[in-house]
Amino acid sequence: MQVKSTQVKEPLLRMVKRDTLSPRKAWGIRGIAFLLSLITGGVLILILGHNPFLVYKAMVVGSWGSSTVIHETVKLAVPLLITAIGISFAFKMKFWNIGAEGQILVGAVAAGAFGLFTAHIFPKLPLVILMLFAGMTAGGLYGLLPAVCKAKWGTNETLFTLMLNYIALAFVKYLMNGPWKAPGSSFPKIAMLVPGARLSKVLGVHWGWILALILVVAAYIYFNKTKQGYEIAVVGESNNTARYAGINVSRVFTRTMFLSGALCGLVGMLQFAGADYTITEGTAGGVGFTAITVAWLAKMNPIGMLGVSVFIAMLERGANTIQTNFKIPASASDLLIGIILFFMLGCEFFVTYRLIFRGKEEQHA
Amino acid sequence: MLNTLNSLFIAAVLAGTPLLLGALGEILTEKSGNMNLGVEGMMFMGAITGLAGSYYYEQTVTKSGGAPNGILSALIALLVSFLAGAFGALIYSFLTISLRANQNVTGLTLTIFGTGFGNFFGEYIGQKAGGYVAVSGTTKAAFSKLHIPVLSDIPVLGKLLFQYNWLVYLAISIAIIMAWFFNKSRIGLNLRAVGEDPATADAAGINITRYKYIATIIGGGICGIGGMYMSMVTTSGVWVHGCVSGYGWLAVALVIFATWSPAKGILVALIFGGLTIMRMYVNIPGLPAQIYDMLPYVATIVVLVVTSMRQSKEHAQPKSCGLNYFREER
Amino acid sequence: MTALFLEVYKTVGKRKEEEGLGEATDYAVRMHHVTKTFGKVVANKNVDLELKNGEILALLGENGSGKTTLMNMLSGIYFPDHGEIEIHGTPVTIRSPRDAFDLGIGMIHQHFKLVDVMTAAENIILGLDGKTTVNRKEINKKVGELASRYGFETDPAKKIYNMAVSEKQTVEILKVLFRGADILILDEPTAVLTPQETKKLFAVLRNMKADGKSIIIITHKLNEVMAISDRVAILRKGEYIGVVETAATNQAQLTEMMVGRPISLAIDRPKRECGEERLEVIGLTCLNGEGVKTLDNVSFTTYSGEILGVAGIAGSGQKELCEAIAGLCPTIAGSVLYSGECEGENCVSRERILGLKPDEIVKKGISMAFVPEDRLGMGLVAGMDMTDNVMLRSYKNKKGFLVDRKTPKNVAEKLIEELEIVTPGVETPVGRMSGGNVQKVLLGREIALSPSVLIVAYPVRGLDINSSYRIYDLLNEQKKKGVSVIFIGEDLDVLMELSDRIMVLCGGKVSGIVDPREVTKEDIGLMMIHVEEEVPVCK
Repeated sequence: MQVKSTQVKEPLLRMVKRDTLSPRKAWGIRGIAFLLSLITGGVLILILGHNPFLVYKAMVVGSWGSSTVIHETVKLAVPLLITAIGISFAFKMKFWNIGAEGQILVGAVAAGAFGLFTAHIFPKLPLVILMLFAGMTAGGLYGLLPAVCKAKWGTNETLFTLMLNYIALAFVKYLMNGPWKAPGSSFPKIAMLVPGARLSKVLGVHWGWILALILVVAAYIYFNKTKQGYEIAVVGESNNTARYAGINVSRVFTRTMFLSGALCGLVGMLQFAGADYTITEGTAGGVGFTAITVAWLAKMNPIGMLGVSVFIAMLERGANTIQTNFKIPASASDLLIGIILFFMLGCEFFVTYRLIFRGKEEQHA
Repeated sequence: MLNTLNSLFIAAVLAGTPLLLGALGEILTEKSGNMNLGVEGMMFMGAITGLAGSYYYEQTVTKSGGAPNGILSALIALLVSFLAGAFGALIYSFLTISLRANQNVTGLTLTIFGTGFGNFFGEYIGQKAGGYVAVSGTTKAAFSKLHIPVLSDIPVLGKLLFQYNWLVYLAISIAIIMAWFFNKSRIGLNLRAVGEDPATADAAGINITRYKYIATIIGGGICGIGGMYMSMVTTSGVWVHGCVSGYGWLAVALVIFATWSPAKGILVALIFGGLTIMRMYVNIPGLPAQIYDMLPYVATIVVLVVTSMRQSKEHAQPKSCGLNYFREER
Repeated sequence: MTALFLEVYKTVGKRKEEEGLGEATDYAVRMHHVTKTFGKVVANKNVDLELKNGEILALLGENGSGKTTLMNMLSGIYFPDHGEIEIHGTPVTIRSPRDAFDLGIGMIHQHFKLVDVMTAAENIILGLDGKTTVNRKEINKKVGELASRYGFETDPAKKIYNMAVSEKQTVEILKVLFRGADILILDEPTAVLTPQETKKLFAVLRNMKADGKSIIIITHKLNEVMAISDRVAILRKGEYIGVVETAATNQAQLTEMMVGRPISLAIDRPKRECGEERLEVIGLTCLNGEGVKTLDNVSFTTYSGEILGVAGIAGSGQKELCEAIAGLCPTIAGSVLYSGECEGENCVSRERILGLKPDEIVKKGISMAFVPEDRLGMGLVAGMDMTDNVMLRSYKNKKGFLVDRKTPKNVAEKLIEELEIVTPGVETPVGRMSGGNVQKVLLGREIALSPSVLIVAYPVRGLDINSSYRIYDLLNEQKKKGVSVIFIGEDLDVLMELSDRIMVLCGGKVSGIVDPREVTKEDIGLMMIHVEEEVPVCK
């Protein structure tokens, strides 16, 4: 009554969790996915009637070819990097803060409150410190709100933080149209920060880039070497374990979300005082969303985020070049970023699972 | 006064329809346990492809010497925008359902991708067309208000209820069908089980993967139609850079406010639509226009917090929403 | 063992004559050489199992012996790595629960698979083919009829989240019956039931058997095996041990097959000095989310240098008791008093610790160790390495902002050496280790705190024999050091041999505290289902 196993049909394809994959193999998979995404993008460019190699080359040259464009690229990378670091604070404890956009905006507004209206009172240094402090506090408090509700009632933070983005955006528009409208302007816009209060430049870019690099190191130390970083990791893995270990989960939630929001608020201040010198509805400009993917791709590792954010800044900057050189619309960068992210997200599956085809088990472990 | 109210109502319906379509697509998606934050992206994809579909149809017909048919053109826009939204949702489904990628991140990526897709092709086709893309009057007429014999002529009511463009009625029909589908149909019951508790649905013999894929893809398609409404009706068949901007997210908010019920969605869409255009009709002294824009979001947060405080089991997000399912997970 | 098998095959013949059927169709289910692995863990190894038509087969084995995994392969949840399955004599492939249904196999899972926000009837028709629309009136009526046929009481229109556990189980069983399953698998159905409910369930099972259904019941409770089953199949550590006719066996033989060694466990019980009072628990009362008392006026005292065993049916309040003392579970009444050791002038007076959070208890200078039941969900962080897990309870001890990993790393290395923990190194995430090693890490860490009170919940669940004995030794070492150990156990034999006193819980109440040398297992078994008012103290 024995049946041979060949007669019994297995599913055509099934998957099994891998034990562990050597880091080299894992990075190999990610490398292949990255190449595939570039090829997909290349095919798209080809269909549009351009030479993909030339277009890619123009993007690289357009973002690294001269000191002017390098400055532009760095200027794009700084907010992305700091926001990604900020977001990773929340994501490490599995708190899905997708409200960075809003936190950036309120940070910018709070900094603006001092920068625009007290510039004649304070000298530059105290003013900058005030703006910095105000931006971070405002961003932090804006991040605190959903954290408190989550800790108290378990309110879904994904949707909450998402809604806060649009409230902040509407508030900025209100300021542009009403109370903060630049005197004498027919357009709804906020006045420019006086040149004397703008952030000083170091090597051609406002000093935010130095701060960003310091934050990379600081965040790395915070996550890996401090008690608070350890607590975040425990809470992220299991609330139950955290309670068992005597960690006050609510306090970790609120403290970490304050820090997360504060870093995003800092970005708002930097954008206002260092890059745009004013506040518009585009001050955050999607950075809060793109940064999520930066943090995710870097697996919440600050050093990895440095690399990813510089890369994405390069794509965005390079897209401007191909618009002028090839008449390819600059929105191509979003398209390309999307494609690359899709591939990178998908490839993680092959790092965690392996597939078993029918009749082909046990051969490869 | 009554006149203002009437025109406010009409404007609210017109403004609320794309929101309703986006929200309905997302409700269907979330009922299967997928939280697709790519609504904005899928609407962008639907917006440009719908417009492009009509545009190229007209171009082809005109070139061959014929006269484009408005109804056919509108149907092409409908079909193409549905397919585009569905394509976006297919990418999302493949990544989250088959490859188990994080739903939040994948959804946001879809938004980035779809926004880029819409704006990129909008400009690209515009460049080729010598400046901007716009459909001809024939197609525009197919998206203008309908005149239904007898009904449209009823005084007041006819104007309020029976003289919108056909997409309005399509959206409402989809909402009603969906409400019936979730509450009365067998497949709807199964789908809800998938979203609530996939392990249970799986043990009951429901094919989780198939349900999730189909619901998410159709949901994406409906979002795509919502986007097409933006480019064909709201901006009257002309591509405007970033035309969907924010509406997709407002649709996500609407889902929460409607507590995942398609029937309530009709009402909430009317309210949200009203709030987005109210400043043009009702001027409350001291209340700036932009504060109006804030209201839907504030209201949504209130709903979100209140439902979490009451720990409502029903009228809440499907329980497995945002989580991927793997049967052999231990 | 060979003699045993002979006996089995002799009895098989009898049934065949009765039904006059060939060998192939005599069996509802035949599983042959089935193997299933999860990563490196072998859950089932070459298991054979046969279920005859119209019988109740008990699948017996200790926790972690692979019973549920085996049944999950039959119901399509898991797919086997190797092996064949035959249903009614036909070789089949069960790829999904759907396939299982089509073959008439229905499984009632230990963790109910029901959608909370739907009604009983909606759950029952879930996934079935039928008319496009759902006619609720009609299905409610149908379900009601089915329920009354087997003697169930249920309201088809009631939402699951409003139901008590036993009602949910009823719905689960109805769900399977509604689908016309003729092979039913019940996974530890009595674990959540009161004795009365268990009786009722068994009556229903007999009804179903009379109706021609073939039933597999997974359990590790011997008395139930004897009460309900026709035959017993035994698994041990994922391997098939054998099958016996219930009528031709006894509990001793079954235990031997189940644990693979004679009943005498020969666990050491070092002599105990009647120590000083350590914990005094007075009138402890807890409510669960639905307002039901999970602990009801629980009072007892523990002493240094003793092991207090806690026995009871699963869910009698053991978990809440541990968590209330450890500061993890809110209570509505009662008190827990801690008396510290006196060393000359340094005398910690009695402290009320109830209601304090775990870190607040530590701040009081009280060293209380707790090994929770859910090792990887509560006691340890699965994704972290050993060092990070070792410092989970002590990282706050050192002052400053930074965390010190050197000391815990040394502790971790010491634990690996002393407890013979098998792991590639301190950097390996504990989630990747085997169950026994995980438990050693957890218990080792808690002991490293040099506690004065040690609470351990089900410390040997799922562990192999050697690891279990190592754990008993560790507990005894602590006892000798003067630690007051509270041991929550499920195996009465172990409890009887290890504990100095046994407290029996029943429905959240203390039904008695006894000296295991003076009572029999049956006495304790009775106390587990009856509450009596008599509480002896330390003699």
